[in-house]
Amino acid sequence: MGAADPLSALVNQALADVDASADLAALDEVRVRVLGKKGLLTEQLKGLGALAASERPAAGQRINEAKTAIHAALDMHRIRLEQAAMEKELARGAVDVTLPGRGPDTGSMHPVTRTRLRVEQIFSQAGFSVVSGPEVEDDFHNFEALNIPKNHPARAMHDTFYFPDGRLLRTHTSPVQIRTMRATPPPLAIIAPGRVYRIDSDMTHTPMFHQVEGMVIGESVSFANLKAMLHTFVERFFERPLGMRLRPSYFPFTEPSAEADIECVFCDGKGCRVCKQTGWLEILGCGMIHPNVLEAAGIDSERWQGYAFGMGIDRLAMLRYGVDDLRLFFENDLRFLRQFP
Amino acid sequence: MKVTYRWLQEFTPIGVSPEELAAQLTMAGLEVESLEPVAPPFSGVVVGEVLEAGRHPDAEKLSLCQVTTDGKNRLQIVCGAKNVRAGLKVAVAMVGARLPKNVLIERATLRGQESRGMLCSARELGLGEEHDGIMELDRSLPLNQDLREALDLDDRVLEVNATPNRGDCMSVFGIARDYNAARRQPPIRYPQAGVAPGHEGVFPVSLESSGCPVFASRIIRGVRPNAQSPEWLRERLRRVGLNSISAIVDVTNYVMSELGQPMHAYDLAKLTNGITVRAAGAQEGLTLLDDKEYKLDPDFLVIADGRGAIGLAGIMGGRATAISDATTDVLLEAAHFVPDAVSGRARRLGLFTDAAQRFERGVDPTLPAIAIERATALLMACAGGVPGPVQVTRSADVASPEAPWVPLRRDRLTRLLGAPVPDGEVQAVLGAISEQAQTTAEGWRVRRPSHRFDIRIEADLIEEVARLRGFDSIAEIHAVVSQIPGAAAEGRVPNERLLAAMADRGYREVISYAFVDPVLQRQLFPEAPTLKLANPISAELSEMRWSLWPGLINACRENLRRQQTRVRLFEIGSNFVTQNGEAGGLKEIESLAGIATGARWPQQWGSQSESADFYDIKADVLSALALTGDASRIRFQADSLPALRPGRSARIYRDGVAIGWIGELHPQVAKAVDLPVAAFLFELEVKASFIANVPKFNKISRFPSVRRDLAIVVDEGVPLAVLQENVTVSASGLLSELRVFDVYRGPSIESGRKSIALGLILQDSSRTLTDVDADAVVAAVAARLRDVLSATIRDQ
Repeated sequence: MGAADPLSALVNQALADVDASADLAALDEVRVRVLGKKGLLTEQLKGLGALAASERPAAGQRINEAKTAIHAALDMHRIRLEQAAMEKELARGAVDVTLPGRGPDTGSMHPVTRTRLRVEQIFSQAGFSVVSGPEVEDDFHNFEALNIPKNHPARAMHDTFYFPDGRLLRTHTSPVQIRTMRATPPPLAIIAPGRVYRIDSDMTHTPMFHQVEGMVIGESVSFANLKAMLHTFVERFFERPLGMRLRPSYFPFTEPSAEADIECVFCDGKGCRVCKQTGWLEILGCGMIHPNVLEAAGIDSERWQGYAFGMGIDRLAMLRYGVDDLRLFFENDLRFLRQFP
Repeated sequence: MKVTYRWLQEFTPIGVSPEELAAQLTMAGLEVESLEPVAPPFSGVVVGEVLEAGRHPDAEKLSLCQVTTDGKNRLQIVCGAKNVRAGLKVAVAMVGARLPKNVLIERATLRGQESRGMLCSARELGLGEEHDGIMELDRSLPLNQDLREALDLDDRVLEVNATPNRGDCMSVFGIARDYNAARRQPPIRYPQAGVAPGHEGVFPVSLESSGCPVFASRIIRGVRPNAQSPEWLRERLRRVGLNSISAIVDVTNYVMSELGQPMHAYDLAKLTNGITVRAAGAQEGLTLLDDKEYKLDPDFLVIADGRGAIGLAGIMGGRATAISDATTDVLLEAAHFVPDAVSGRARRLGLFTDAAQRFERGVDPTLPAIAIERATALLMACAGGVPGPVQVTRSADVASPEAPWVPLRRDRLTRLLGAPVPDGEVQAVLGAISEQAQTTAEGWRVRRPSHRFDIRIEADLIEEVARLRGFDSIAEIHAVVSQIPGAAAEGRVPNERLLAAMADRGYREVISYAFVDPVLQRQLFPEAPTLKLANPISAELSEMRWSLWPGLINACRENLRRQQTRVRLFEIGSNFVTQNGEAGGLKEIESLAGIATGARWPQQWGSQSESADFYDIKADVLSALALTGDASRIRFQADSLPALRPGRSARIYRDGVAIGWIGELHPQVAKAVDLPVAAFLFELEVKASFIANVPKFNKISRFPSVRRDLAIVVDEGVPLAVLQENVTVSASGLLSELRVFDVYRGPSIESGRKSIALGLILQDSSRTLTDVDADAVVAAVAARLRDVLSATIRDQ
């Protein structure tokens, strides 16, 4: 056989036509022209009868091989064309992924609430129950029962809002201690977060603010336990190792009493504007519950003892989030609130 | 309270720097709030003497002075002060001296005259505001001495915050004593200085109240009238924040600062008969040193003479018997008033005095005689005079028994602190606070020292041991806790969940004050008997909130003013609800409330901006109520409230119990409260609203559901709830869900009627429903609606 072999020429022409088909219709045309009932290759098969019997098998095989090759080429090219068509279709449907999404937006919790919930979470995990008490209190629960009798100099530290009948807005969350002790026998471990009120208004004071009270009573709940609890709390709250020190102080309802300072979280205790160069930030008051307070609540102070602490939730939030003006918490400016998702 | 480093050193050796001292005091419970230099830095100023002071030839107001600083050389200095004169000891800033505020002294020529240095005023050296002239130094100061050394200007002032239980630390001596105790040294004693009497005169004193058990007095005759204190005394007072007034007053202030005993000086010539300490009469009037007249009652203790009250015991002296520039004979008083007789009284009169502050906290009753002696010596040094004998009058009915023993049990100490303290250390601490400390079988006992009003019970001694050893000495030990499981109540929607739900609906939580503007509250709730504060911080914050709406409306308005256009706010907090405006029957009701203004959605592409309406907010409310697991108990019923727009407000019920309100703010109210846009409000009582069902599983039907849609035309006045009720009743239990998918009013519907499109989802749990079943339900529903509500069914 030579170059002039008509079958080879036919196959070559057919393969070239397949490759040149621009779409499925053109491709089908090629298929019909070559492989259809009256196609060129079909004609070749019909021509086999004219050959000598000895030549027929070889010629037949050649034609079949040609047919297979052309079929394969047709299939391949069809897939190519379909894929191209699909790609073109998809390209048309592309979206700008940088356009904003649609629908409602998400609101937020107040940073003080966010802080309160974290405080509750930390203490709950240590077995504390979360309790609450009224905001309008009487003199007994807010002062008397906390070992702050009338005329006590410590009352001067509480600028109290009164109602005409002598009731008052609680100046601290400590009355919840009294209510809890009178309602529930020891052992006890509670925290009581809530709003408290004092007549005060400047950059670091608002007439309403938030405290969380804590109290643990047991038969051997000790000052050493108090230190461990508070230190662990501040480290959990700030999520970092943090130095803490207790300074002797005075509260009528605890003895001994202490104020707790933590290493300044802004300068790592090196001294900065926020900590007034001391390296320490005062963060809470605490102490061992005064026997008079236990006794006033009907608890045997020889058998039971415990600790109590109180801290400002707003202050914790300020330190945690770097808020430098307490009043921002109560101005409810959306531009502020949005910063706490 | 202010003390100085050097003054403290007069009573106990202090081997540490002022900074270290401040740190130690703070850690012993005497918080040092500030540590300031007594003078700003300056150098090159020495003691000099003016030899000649003449007129400057070319300047009327200047003097030309010849000054020596070493007794040999003369310096010519031009000085503008009026008080410059020959013989005066002065502060000379030499050429090259650096003064505060970066002033450098150079050789100068003033109006043609050479000036080699400067004579300084107190203000130029940062030692005070006085600018009357140059400083007049004590004659005894040696020439050429550096002024900082001569006036002890490298001293430091410590501002100590003594807690209200530590009256004993309200003096220089008291702080030195406590510092000494913190170093576990034996107690230091008051300085004893007896001045022998030069005459026999005493003034009669009688004590008629147990509030004054001790009254020491002494007559000092022949004091130089209008004598002034020496420079050193004035300077000390200045350093601790007291102004110099006259020698007599300065001495009493000095003794109070030093020993902690408040004193008073009377002009003896103005006293009549004897002194009596007694309860004030009802409505008894008394004019005090502040020139104000006070009306008293028997709860106050007064000092009286033959004419009446002449002083308010433990608080302030009276004007009538006060010393003056002409006083020559003085009666000094150093009395003891018990805390109960003084505390709270000054505050009641709006007074705040050094004396009251000390007596309220407790002054050592052994001090009066000691203080009188100290004051006598000082006064004689400042202003001369001849003292009589010290007269100590004691109240007859107070035998002043010895203080009782306070026990300290070893096991109690260990149990409370959480770790044992070595006996020797306990001993050292107790021995440092009291001269009478003993061991007992169980531990120790201590007799309360007369100056320690805060040591009464065992816990107070435990505090002393912990405090003086330092809280740092106590290790941190975690408690071994009881492991009682906690609660996990499912019968309520937790507030955290509510907070999250509201936030997820796009609302931002606010916290507003619980006291609100009564004007705003009245506009919203004209009838509410609200609770008023007796002493509000301002008129705008004088009434307890009846609702969270006033706070939300304020917050919303302020945000609109800050260029926000779409506002969604909510709050959870207490309302203060009374029956009659009194605190007695008060209920604190926790509420969840919200406010919404502006577009339904945040502005966005691809959807048109529409204003939010009633139904958007209703969906928000229902989404929260759905957390209870059974919103079908909830009913909205049209109702009116003055704050809300009629026809667009509803009361919300749960199982027939009113739990809240929803609606559009009344346009008139909106205008009155300055809200420029429509606002929607809701408020729910948390406790009554968020009772949750514990979910109970219902089998999921295996059979497909069938849906039939109905367009029903009814009168405008028929609420959906009524339609719904009738559909449910007539659907024979096959109705699993009812959807409202259109409400239409328009030309194709007769006026006064509306078309409501309902989707009925029908399902049976035991079989597949056929068309016949569904058609039967639809027919029954249609019939009932026709009969009961005169409804017509469109396009059936």
